[in-house]
Amino acid sequence: MSIICAQNIAFRYTNKPVLDDVSFALDEARIVAVVGPNGSGKTTLLKILNATLFPNEGLMLIDGRDTRRWSRQEISRTVAIVPQESPAIFPFFAEEIVLMGRFPYLRSLAFEGKEDYKIVHDAMGRTDSLPFAHRRFNELSAGERQRVLIARALAQEPKILLLDESTVFLDLKHQAQFLSLLRELNRKQNLTVIFVTHDINLAAQNADQILLLYNGKKYAIGTPADVLTAENIREVYDVDVGIDSNPHNGSPRVTLLT
Amino acid sequence: MIKYFVKRIENLESACGTRRIRLIYRRVTLSRVLRISALLLFVFVLFCLAALSLGAIRIAPADVVGAIADTLLGNGPTPSEDALILFSVRLPRILFAGIIGASLSLGGVVFQALLRNPLADPYVLGISGGSALGAIIGIVLGAGSFYLGVPFLAFGGALLTVFLVFIVAGGSRGLLLDNSLLLAGVVVNSFFSAAILFSLSVVNSMELHSISFWLMGDLSGAAVKEIAVAALCLMACFVILYAQARKLNLMVQGEETALQLGVNVQRTKYILLIVTSLITAVAVSLAGIIGFVGIMVPHMMRLVFGSDHRLLLPAAALFGASFMVVADTLARIILAPAELPVGVITALCGAPYFIFLMRRKGRA
Repeated sequence: MSIICAQNIAFRYTNKPVLDDVSFALDEARIVAVVGPNGSGKTTLLKILNATLFPNEGLMLIDGRDTRRWSRQEISRTVAIVPQESPAIFPFFAEEIVLMGRFPYLRSLAFEGKEDYKIVHDAMGRTDSLPFAHRRFNELSAGERQRVLIARALAQEPKILLLDESTVFLDLKHQAQFLSLLRELNRKQNLTVIFVTHDINLAAQNADQILLLYNGKKYAIGTPADVLTAENIREVYDVDVGIDSNPHNGSPRVTLLT
Repeated sequence: MIKYFVKRIENLESACGTRRIRLIYRRVTLSRVLRISALLLFVFVLFCLAALSLGAIRIAPADVVGAIADTLLGNGPTPSEDALILFSVRLPRILFAGIIGASLSLGGVVFQALLRNPLADPYVLGISGGSALGAIIGIVLGAGSFYLGVPFLAFGGALLTVFLVFIVAGGSRGLLLDNSLLLAGVVVNSFFSAAILFSLSVVNSMELHSISFWLMGDLSGAAVKEIAVAALCLMACFVILYAQARKLNLMVQGEETALQLGVNVQRTKYILLIVTSLITAVAVSLAGIIGFVGIMVPHMMRLVFGSDHRLLLPAAALFGASFMVVADTLARIILAPAELPVGVITALCGAPYFIFLMRRKGRA
């Protein structure tokens, strides 16, 4: 059974349609990239996937169950999102931010136990954020903050990880580290990863499947080689590109022709 | 004027971000919360003892302790004159000050978290004003003759203000924009100030005296029965708020983040708003409008103990209580035997505190 199944979902902000009749099914343990021009509904789709928004029409099923029927805590144990940025108004420490990822597992009055600290420590180690665990979140650089937010999402121990442009602030080393971490979690723990990105080559290289959105509609879904064709990209992005094959792994490589 | 407030709010937000005092990270555990609470409770008791000995009539600390021991042990044939002053006059008032200080500080903590804004408190949001207007309408209409009539109307006023502020800010459409809520509070607040001034100019002079004295924030008027009600209410509200402490931590990260980390945001927000309106209303209806405590105390506690609400809530309540006991004692002794309204003292401390914060931002 597919872990995620969107059935004819439509979403409107007041009167402006954002998503229109989008259907797709994703199997467990896949890495899926969502691409499309600005305003094509990528971020809204992520919000529907983690049940912070619900579709106006259609159904979003996770593990075969309508997201409306999940309790907040249940959904937070299954789906985690790494946001682009997080406001840092009050002086929380990095470790405290990551500990918040344990919220869905604890009773409301409980204090975190040894096990929670172990999971948090582990998540921070994997994102290379332990060196600043005891520094203030709002004093960290954008890339460091991003790593803390990734660690928080990992501390939720999700089955599905959603990423909203989560690599933009990372330097090359941490980008590489993060991508290999995703692949490792994907392989060893069957983590399903869905990431939104504007970087088509990043999508082509790392995703098993690509969902191409255009004006709130599903334009194409399939393997990178199927979806990232010169015709599709010209149609959706209105640019001419050349496509050849990446010499290292054979994935499609998109070059802007200007 | 709204622009001016936005500017000030922005300044303060960045002031918080560039604070210079270094805070060492320590994990928040149950034992740490208990230890710090015990310490702050001890400080509160010390301040209370000091406050007992100070006043228009000085009673030496040793005599205070002696009188307490006598009463506790049941010694002494008849209570001395000192004991009468201590237990019938000063002690109720000191406890009352503590209760009001704790209530206002808790209100500040919760509203600052809900609005993600270190400047928010029941006073800024107009909730104190709405509460006061409710109480004044009660006094004018003679609700004072019913038991708890005035506090009840004050609660109505507070709750109405909360919803009014939310409607003005467009809250009926779901998740709220943080600054719009604060601005709505400013607008609603100035409306209530006008309404209060209007009611002051139409009532007769007897009522005028009782209303205006109480508007400046005054702790001298409460009866023992009312103090007991306020104490019970504070304790009940604290328990409910403390059960939301971890949710508050997440709410501070933004409502969407809180939602996705597993908090039922709408329900939590309603619980917090209603409970906070209640403690604010009780405090305002018994003690009048006392400004700055709700901003200053949570701020200081965050500087010292960090932002985790499991620690912040008890720390702010206890320190707020101590702070108010000190402020009220100063109000009693500075012009003794005459008394100042305690709101004067808190404003005199509060304004320099803010200038200090803003200056530090300038240097950073």
